[in-house]
Amino acid sequence: MPDTNEKIPVTVLTGYLGAGKTTLLNRILSEPHGKRYAVIVNEFGEIGIDNDLIVGADEEVFEMNNGCICCTVRGDLIRIIDGLMRRKGKFDAIIVETTGLADPAPVAQTFFVDENVGNKTKLDAVVTVADAKWLRDRLKDAPEAKNQIAFADVILINKTDLVTDAELRETEARIRGINPYAKLHRTQRAQIPLNEVLDRKAFDLERILDIEPAFLEADDHDDHDHDHHHHDHGRSHSHGGLKHYHDEEMQSISLSSDQPLDPDKFFPFIQNLTQAEGPNILRCKGIVALKDDPQRFVFQGVHMMLDGDHQREWRADEKRQSRVVFIGRNLPEEKIRKGFESTVATY
Amino acid sequence: MSDTQNSIPSITDRVKPIAAGAPVVAVHFLKDRAVFALGEETLLFVAADRSVQRVQVHAGGILAAVSDGRRIVTSGDDGKVVATDAAGDAETLAIDPKHRWIDRVALGPDGAVAWSAGKQAFVRNAKGEVKSVDLPSNAGGLAFSPKGLRVAIAHYGGATLWFPNAQATPETFAWKGSHLDVMFSPDGRFLVTSMQEPMLHGWRLADAKDMRMSGYSGKVRSMAWTADGKGLATSGSEQLIIWPFGSKDGPMGKQPRMLAPYSKRAVAVACHPKQEIVAVGFEDGLIMLCRIDDGAEILAKKPDAAPVSALAWSANGARLAFGTEDGEAGIADLA
Repeated sequence: MPDTNEKIPVTVLTGYLGAGKTTLLNRILSEPHGKRYAVIVNEFGEIGIDNDLIVGADEEVFEMNNGCICCTVRGDLIRIIDGLMRRKGKFDAIIVETTGLADPAPVAQTFFVDENVGNKTKLDAVVTVADAKWLRDRLKDAPEAKNQIAFADVILINKTDLVTDAELRETEARIRGINPYAKLHRTQRAQIPLNEVLDRKAFDLERILDIEPAFLEADDHDDHDHDHHHHDHGRSHSHGGLKHYHDEEMQSISLSSDQPLDPDKFFPFIQNLTQAEGPNILRCKGIVALKDDPQRFVFQGVHMMLDGDHQREWRADEKRQSRVVFIGRNLPEEKIRKGFESTVATY
Repeated sequence: MSDTQNSIPSITDRVKPIAAGAPVVAVHFLKDRAVFALGEETLLFVAADRSVQRVQVHAGGILAAVSDGRRIVTSGDDGKVVATDAAGDAETLAIDPKHRWIDRVALGPDGAVAWSAGKQAFVRNAKGEVKSVDLPSNAGGLAFSPKGLRVAIAHYGGATLWFPNAQATPETFAWKGSHLDVMFSPDGRFLVTSMQEPMLHGWRLADAKDMRMSGYSGKVRSMAWTADGKGLATSGSEQLIIWPFGSKDGPMGKQPRMLAPYSKRAVAVACHPKQEIVAVGFEDGLIMLCRIDDGAEILAKKPDAAPVSALAWSANGARLAFGTEDGEAGIADLA
């Protein structure tokens, strides 16, 4: 594999119709960051985007001919990235804006499946813009909206000025019920420091550091610095009042073990699981302590596709704990939990 | 095989290096000049005496460049199709009204030009009349039949044969998956596509019989017919793969020839116009000439970092031009 540092980072912007994707995109393009972006959008020409390099995409989702029904790629993206590479040197990063109804999985899988795309670019993060007022309704009636939340590395809860604090907390709780691992931001008019959405390295094995649920962090603040009048900061820093929802369809499962795992059991387990449950597993990632192995093994996956490697030596002061998370639809939690436990090494 | 470059005869001292200064998309010969289509805007004409002419043909990236030996037709992300003749005079043949990328272009034997943009393909005949057809997906590739009456269009789910001058409904050959490049065999009996998966697919046109050609380690990005028209030379493996199309069944039930084994994957092939010799470019920049009869190899370019992205013989076979993804280029003089 070529040095990943030379690869062009690709940020995927998703979000249901009207949530504020284009507002975020224009904000990224107009801020004085000195970077040049190639932007791949749908519905070319119908929305005002001011950028030198804009490509209209057709969102052609192709099944791969490899007997795996969940292995889909964006055919148009393969072609467009190949074409964009003719102009290498004219842009520093690529942003892919999907339609409101798009499933992010084929976009992400394109970077795993297509060799040319994978050699020249790297997926940086899936950023989802959610409408603070309407997301809860969309989670009920639009499976796409749920996929976009489940798949996200970064979620902007946008238009927070249009909802009450209670509604906002309700929306956040719904999101956390589906995806407790994404970095969550509250925004108005998609105002957010760009380093929170760009260059996140969310798919970089080197950066799979702590996969603790993000909602355990005291991350209870808006990312804008004005219009504070609707906030009641006086009582919001206690998480005791935070509701916790379990989405009936989409869940996350977190597994951990303080005992080292047996590589001869763990790898067959994770491979069989992603083969059997691949269509239902949207994302997975993990840090694994293997028996007699001084190095951390890290992996991440999208549906059936897994990417893993030894990352570095365990530090002396570091707890050798294995942690694995899955986000998916109707996952057989008991089976997964027992399967994982059975991979603990016996001495 | 790491000692390949030391153990075989070499013609590297006959290569004149050319500083292209940009990724080379394609190279073709027009009369006595090699013409390099660069990644952006420019055709670089290089004469035998190494004098250079640059012609700007697009306002942006060049996505495809084909030639019939008389002119080069390019398509770009500026939505234009441009024909450039041997003198370096460029003529815009078409402008997409929506300024979509023109992804693919093909040249017919009678001067017709085909191109694709989005889910449409177009043909402009020698008289300048333009016709179009709607496609089920974006075109992966385009090719005129040897007689020029039909245009094959590869797309998701198969390939479509379109008769631009007839009312007949286009005929579709279905095969699951995403089809990229497409070619007719020189005798017009077979249609072959490269696929998103590491394999080729083919159809015998007489009875639409399917032919699967697999075993590659990567996507096949380059295909060319051998001088006698009976073999299809392909990239996509750590060697040169040539499928036999000489018999009425084509490659069905037959093994391909496997020549020029190397440690890296072949990414570009170009067949000599008169002799049974194939130039093979690899992903580390190595270029070998390989004689099909006995597999004898000659080193034409030593390996370096960038993959070979363009490879072409002059019409008389006396010169071989090449280019790489990072803008290295050269012309080997074999006469």
